[in-house]
This record gives sequence, structure tokens and C-alpha cells, in this order.
Amino acid sequence: MTEYEPVIGLEVHAQLITNSKMFCSCPADYQSAPPNTHVCPVCLGLPGTLPVINSEAIKKIILTGLALNCSIAEQTKFDRKSYPYPDLMKGYQISQFDLPICYDGHLDIDVDGEARRIGIERIHMEEDVAKLFHRTEAGSGEGYALVDVNRAGVPLMEMVGRPDIRSAEEARQYLVAYRSILQYIGVSTGSMEEGSFRCDANVSIRPKGVLEYGTKVEVKNMNSFRAVFHAIEFEIERQSKVLNEGGRIVQETRGWVEAKGETISLRSKEKANDYRFFPEPDLPPLIVKQSWVAEIAELLPELPIERRVRFEDELGLSPYDAGQVTASPRLADYYESVIQHYIEINGPSGTIAKSAANWTITELGRLSNDGQIPVEDSPLKAEYLAELIGLIDQKIIGTSQAKIAAESMFTTGKSAKITVEELGLAQITDSSAIGDAVREVIEANPSAVADYMAGKETAAKFFVGQVMKVTKGKANPTIVSELIIEQLEAKK
Amino acid sequence: MADQIHYQSVRQMSDALLAKDISVIELADAHFERIEQIDDRVGSYLAVTPERAREQATTAQASIDSGNVTPLTGVPMQLKDNLATRGIPTTCSSLMLENFVPPYDSTVTASLANTGAILLGKGNMDEFAMGSSTETSAYKLTRNPWDLSRVPGGSSGGPAAAVAGGLAPYSLGSDTGGSIRQPASFCGIVGLKPTYGLVSRFGLIAFASSLDQIGPLTRTVEDAALVMNAIAGPDTNDSTSILRPVIDYSIGLKDGVKGLRIGVVPEYFGEGIDPQVAQLTRKAIQQLEFLGAEVSEVSLPNSKAALAVYYILAPSECSANLARYDGVKFGFSTHDAPNMMAALEATREGGFGTEVKRRMMMGTYALSSGYYDAYYKKAQQVRTLIRREFDAAFEKVDVLITPTTPTTAFKLGEIQDPVVMHANDVCTVPANIAGIPGISIPCGAINGLPVGLQILGPHLSEATLLRTAYAYEQSTSWHAQHPTI
Repeated sequence: MTEYEPVIGLEVHAQLITNSKMFCSCPADYQSAPPNTHVCPVCLGLPGTLPVINSEAIKKIILTGLALNCSIAEQTKFDRKSYPYPDLMKGYQISQFDLPICYDGHLDIDVDGEARRIGIERIHMEEDVAKLFHRTEAGSGEGYALVDVNRAGVPLMEMVGRPDIRSAEEARQYLVAYRSILQYIGVSTGSMEEGSFRCDANVSIRPKGVLEYGTKVEVKNMNSFRAVFHAIEFEIERQSKVLNEGGRIVQETRGWVEAKGETISLRSKEKANDYRFFPEPDLPPLIVKQSWVAEIAELLPELPIERRVRFEDELGLSPYDAGQVTASPRLADYYESVIQHYIEINGPSGTIAKSAANWTITELGRLSNDGQIPVEDSPLKAEYLAELIGLIDQKIIGTSQAKIAAESMFTTGKSAKITVEELGLAQITDSSAIGDAVREVIEANPSAVADYMAGKETAAKFFVGQVMKVTKGKANPTIVSELIIEQLEAKK
Repeated sequence: MADQIHYQSVRQMSDALLAKDISVIELADAHFERIEQIDDRVGSYLAVTPERAREQATTAQASIDSGNVTPLTGVPMQLKDNLATRGIPTTCSSLMLENFVPPYDSTVTASLANTGAILLGKGNMDEFAMGSSTETSAYKLTRNPWDLSRVPGGSSGGPAAAVAGGLAPYSLGSDTGGSIRQPASFCGIVGLKPTYGLVSRFGLIAFASSLDQIGPLTRTVEDAALVMNAIAGPDTNDSTSILRPVIDYSIGLKDGVKGLRIGVVPEYFGEGIDPQVAQLTRKAIQQLEFLGAEVSEVSLPNSKAALAVYYILAPSECSANLARYDGVKFGFSTHDAPNMMAALEATREGGFGTEVKRRMMMGTYALSSGYYDAYYKKAQQVRTLIRREFDAAFEKVDVLITPTTPTTAFKLGEIQDPVVMHANDVCTVPANIAGIPGISIPCGAINGLPVGLQILGPHLSEATLLRTAYAYEQSTSWHAQHPTI
């Protein structure tokens, strides 16, 4: 069997966050609005209407280009892409054909500790289309479709990556990194679930060592990062199987069927649309002044990779931890805020960076997954997590009590102190109270005492467990151990 | 008063309104009466809008009474039916838009309304402005008021016939390849196609976006200047509109042509041009020379390619512009089909006429993968050459003078061959390709049929064109002649 190397290129559509649509003044937020309320003659494509470019959208795509190391075109233009479909109000989409605003960039990712640079061919501006809802008539079973034009004309940015990706995992990492950048620079919400971030993958395989590309297949309908990963994995395997069985890969568009975990053929290349691109005569060429690009460059915030490196260098985080807490800008803000609050309460600390990272990634990560709510949006505020870590460090509570507290705080939003108090989680550090419990346990277990006396030092551990049980886990374990040894030694 | 007033100029009507010789409503009603009397023979209106006129008249009369006026205040007018009028059907003379009532006004509709103009109704046209005779209208024929057996020209045939026949003092048309100037020539009136971008296209239902331009059809040159004052200027809704302050086109109108450099282009007097038309044009040039202009010859060899360029670019753009007519949101729609694509095809099959289909097919072909470079791209390259050739010519001369059309108005049904019909635009198309302004004014008649003279100038030379046209007009009496109908 031949060993194959996958060649993958991603095309990613991301809606830009702007007040108004790409070519008219309708509000661009379409998710929350009742159907067909954010519309006007322009985005409805009524006869005689004309597009006007939204400069905020242009600014945001340029910001994106700069964040991805792209060149920014000094002169660019829009083109009409024609195809008949009821989600397209004008019968053509205003897009960009041969002169994209951003071109020749790259994105650096880290896959299993290996640095990879994935090329970006272009990022161009276009308008989103209307949303179709396919329905079936209850009685007759006849199919019909409803059209919501709110989404038509929302600024949409298409990034075309070079075929530099070599595995499904690389594709996933690249997509995560791209989304993270968009979120960092504040141009897109990047939500695959809501459809503001969509990915198509071009997948081909070639025998290892061969330079020539194989026939590529375009995979669509992947609605999550997981889906992208699995669809590509599936496609690599499918293509390998076809070739190994002596078959031929057909150039086609395939759709990922989540429920079945497979891709199915949607249309062959022979039936592909001829989009008949030509320059949009309703919009003059767009001249992008270099001085404007320089102004926009000033707006570039710290990017994920820069923040990650800073966290590693300044806070001493491991590359893994740094990568995790910088996954989204708001999570990174949350993490930094925890540290800041901690220092305000407790003063400087050599351990807070690591412990805050652990809590944010592991414990809150788990609660976030369970509750389907991002850590930074949960009721558990950064300042309360800082407070909670402070309580651990001051040995007021133990780690296991802290986890119980955190779980509660994640839903109630109450402060650490109040939660620990209400749930009675504080550690017992009063030596006389612990001493009483130790005495009680020693008196109740004469055989274990005998074992200890006989030299079985491990018997002491049994007593620690028993004392913790009696104190419901609240006794400070260090003090418990000390007192047990003290009392047992006194009996010798 | 009422029986002579329809052939008065906008200026004269305005003066009469200001002098209170007539009220706004009386003036509008005089026109509605004439439309009622003769438009069943002329066919210049697709629809009349007396209710809208009445509303507008009340406001306009109040403006006049308070002295807050422009020369268009209270004066009635017609709009070609491809200009969107809020609440009033706007059909482009197509079955496809039979029931289309725009929820918005075109910028020019709004500009005229704001200045107190009174809308009489919507003018007939070739379907989607594709044609040179108004015979492709899905609704009715329009006849030339000078000879009812002849066409008024097109595509602004309704507007030209209405203005020539005293059914409106002025109308707005659109000109993609000659659609204002050619019918103005056929009907013996003034038609101005402004520089591309001078008048906002917002609300003009597109035929070919890079060529379309709105302009006035009037009975006098001065009236054209007055209408331009109301409709020219930048518009934030049209990204192709020229950012330039509005100027008053009536200033300098009467300054004469002394020292004006006129170029005569031999290529526009050659093959295909009726010798009598050529002769009348040359005579008009002599008249301007007599008035003080300097005449020289300028060759424009690339101009002959303009028609071919036009018949690639205009259909290409229209093939996309007309793609929105799918029967889903508005307009003609056929539901009786097994699926969505079949319904779309049936809608377009039934809703569009032959000429529109022909042009969409041509454009779709020219833009298709594998043909784009040979057709669309090549045409754009030649377009640049034509533009440069005009630029070079206008370094030597101020204006160029040519015939507007190769012949006088032809008979209804006379031209069946689309290629022959398309050739009617040979003199007018180059201006659209180059984006420059052009005006047609009457310069005589052959067998009782008007002949037009075309004056072309560089970008934004409207004031010069109007001044030249005015000088000629005032030294002749063609503008004072009207058809007897």
C-alpha cells in the first residue's frame, strides 16, 4: 500500500462586526432581529438601487490582513459573481475576483511543539446572502422555503489559505488560530454555531515524496471545529482507499454529514457554476491610501501569539498553559485579571501565575464545558477566583473544598468568602479542636495504636484519614499529622 | 391661454405661474386634458398620475404664493418609466415589472419633487431601455407626433413624443447608447445626455450601469439648462456620481460661440449616414462658424469600433442587472412549475420580451468562462482607446459636431433586423463609451421629419454644450416649429 500525504487548503468565511451592512445602512446584526426587519430596497436588491461601500468593513478587513502579515492592495475593486439562487437578492453577489484587498500573508501555528507556517493567498470582501429555511407543508408534505433577508448584505470576509496544511489536526489548529486572531482584533465573533464563521476545505492526497498535487475535493457543511477535523480525516481515508483500490479521485464538491460521520457527493466539477465575474460597474475602483493603512496598523492589539510569548516569558507559563489561556482574548483578559486581583488582595506571589492558569484551564474549563458557557461569561468573576486561590494559599480552605466552592460560585456568582462560609468549607486550624478529634480517634482504635507501637509507621496515615472523616475534611491535614504523631509518641 | 400653453417653454410657463396668469393646478389640468385628447394617438404615457399631481400642485402653489420658487416650481413634467416613483408603478415597459410599485423615489424624482415639479405621469419606452424605436415596449406603441406612422425613436420614445407633442414641457429620459439624443432628434426637440456621473443613477432601473445616464428632454436649450440645475450634483447613494459642487447652467448660456473651436469628424459623415442628414449638419456647422466659431477637422478612427464595444459591454452588464427578476420578491411570476429552477425559467421566459432576452443571451455569452478575454476584456480595452481618442481630440477643439442619427424617423415596423436597428446608435454610442456629454438639438427637417445635430464635449463640459446649442438655436427657428396634432 502506498503511503499518502494529504494536501489541505481552507477557505474561511467570517462575518465582520460592523454597525451597518456592507452596501447599505441597514443594521448588520441579523441574529436577534425578527425575520425581514433589517432590510431596505438596497439589500432587498430592488430595481434601481445602488451599493455604497461600508468603510468600517474595509477598515476591519485591512486590520485582519495586517494581523495575518498580508500585503494590502493600494488599488482594489469589486466584481459581480453571478449565479441564480433565491438567497441572492440581485442574482449576483458583490465580491472580489482578481484584486483582493489583502494578499500574500501567513499564519504561524504550533502543532505538537512543531512550528508550522501556513500561507494565506488572499482575503477579500463580499456580502453575505439571505438565509433560507427549508420547510415541509404539514398536510401535503410539499416542500417550500422561507427567505430571511436580514443576513443579506452583512459584510463577509473570505480568507483563502494556501494548500500548506498536511493533516486534519493542523487544519483544526490553523482554524482555531485564525479565529482567535479575528477575536483578538475584534473584527468577528467567530461563532461557527451561529454561522458567523464558516469553513470549506479543499482536500487532496498524493503519494509521499511526489510534488504534484492530486485531484482536489471541496468539502462543505462543516459546522464545528470538530466537524472540520473529522471531515478531513474521513476524506483523507476515503481518498486513500479509492486510490489503493485502483480508483480515481473525481473533482467534486462533497458535503459533511455529521450524523453519519461521512462526506457525500453534492455536485461534480462538470456541473459547477460559471460565475461570469466582471467588474462591478456600480462601484468605482477602491483606492486604499497607505497613510490610512498606517493608521489602521496603529489599532492592532497584542495578537494571540504575542500574548502567549509574553505569558511564557513574564509569567513563566509552560507553552501549553500559555496557549490554553490565550485561546480567546477574553479568556486571556480573565486570566490576567485573576492575577491582578490576587496581587491586590495578597501582594506579590511566585505561584499565582501557575495556579491561576491551572484553575482557569482545568477546573473552570470543566465547569465551562458542562455548563456550555465560556469561562469569561460565567457568573464566577475573576476577582472571586483570585479570592478563592487566596483562601487556599492562606490555608483557610483545602483544594478539595475549593473545588466545591468553585462549582457553586460558577452558578451563583457569589464571592469566595461568602460561599466558603455558607457551605461551611473553612478548614479547622484550631489545634485544640483538632487535638480533641485526634484523641477521640486514637481511643476508638486501640489495635491501630498497637500496630503503630509495634513500629508500623503507616498506621499514622490511617489515623489522619479517620480524623479527616470525623472533621468532614475540614481539618488542616498538616496540623492533623503533627498532632497524631505528637499524641502517639506521648503514649510510647 | 390654455390652448397655446402646451408648446410654451418651461421658462414661459414658470413666468405665467409667477404672474398668476394661470395656477399650478390649471396648468397641470391643461396638460391632462391634452393627454386625454391626443395621447391615445401618440401613446407617450404609460400611466398618468393626476392624484399625485394634485397633491404636488397644492404645495407648489403655496411656494409660488410665498415667492419661494425655482423655474421648475409648479411646472408639470413626465418621467420615463424606468425612474422609480414611490407608490406609483414603475414598469420599464416590461411585463416583468407589471405590478412593481417602488417603495422609494429615484434621486431625480425626489430632486424634482423637492423643487416643486408636478408629475403628470410615466413615459413609455423600449423594454428595459433596450431599443431605438420604443417598439419593444410590452404595453403600447408610441408614435412620432410629426408623423403618426413613424416611430419616435427610443428608448426614451415616450418622453420625446410627449415633449414634442405638447403633452409635457419636459421629461427625464435615460441614455445608454443614445436613448435620449436619438428620440430627441427624431422628434425635433432638445435632448441632453450629461457626463457619466453628473446625475445620480439611484432609482434608475439599470440597463447597463457603466453607460446609463439620466438627462432632460425639452423643447428649448434654456429649459435643458433649467432642468439640469435641478437634477445634477453628487449623491451619496450613487458611488459613481461625481463629487463636484452643483453649478448654475443658465449662467453663461447666452455668451455666444465667438472663438469656440468646433471639430468636425469625417468618420461621422460617411457610410450609412443619409446624405441629406449630413448636409443639414454641415449647414448647421456653417451657421455656427458664421456666429464666430472656428471649425477644423478632427479624425476619430476608433469611433467606428464604439458600436461593437457597446454591443458587448451593455449586454454583459444587463445580463447581471436583470438577473434579479426571478419572480420571487416582486414583479411577474410563474408559480406553475415543478421546482424552483423551473419556476425561475418560466418566469423569465414569460416576463421578458425578445430584444431583452437577446441582449441577456449575448451578455451571458460574452462573460462566460473561456470567452471573457476575447469579448468583455477586449471591449474594455477598446473602450479605453476610444476614451483616449476623445481626450486627445478635446485638446485641439472645444466641441465636436456630428449628426445625431443616420436618418430621420423610420416607419413603425420598418426595421425588423436587430443589427440594422442597433446601427441606429452609431453616432450616439461613442459618447456613452467615453462617458462624455452630448446634446441633440433640431437643425432642420427632411420631408417634414426633424433632423438632429449632436454636439459632444469633454467630461463636464455641459455648460459649453448648452452655450453652443443655445447660440445655434437662437439663430434659427427650428425650436419654434411644432407638429400639428
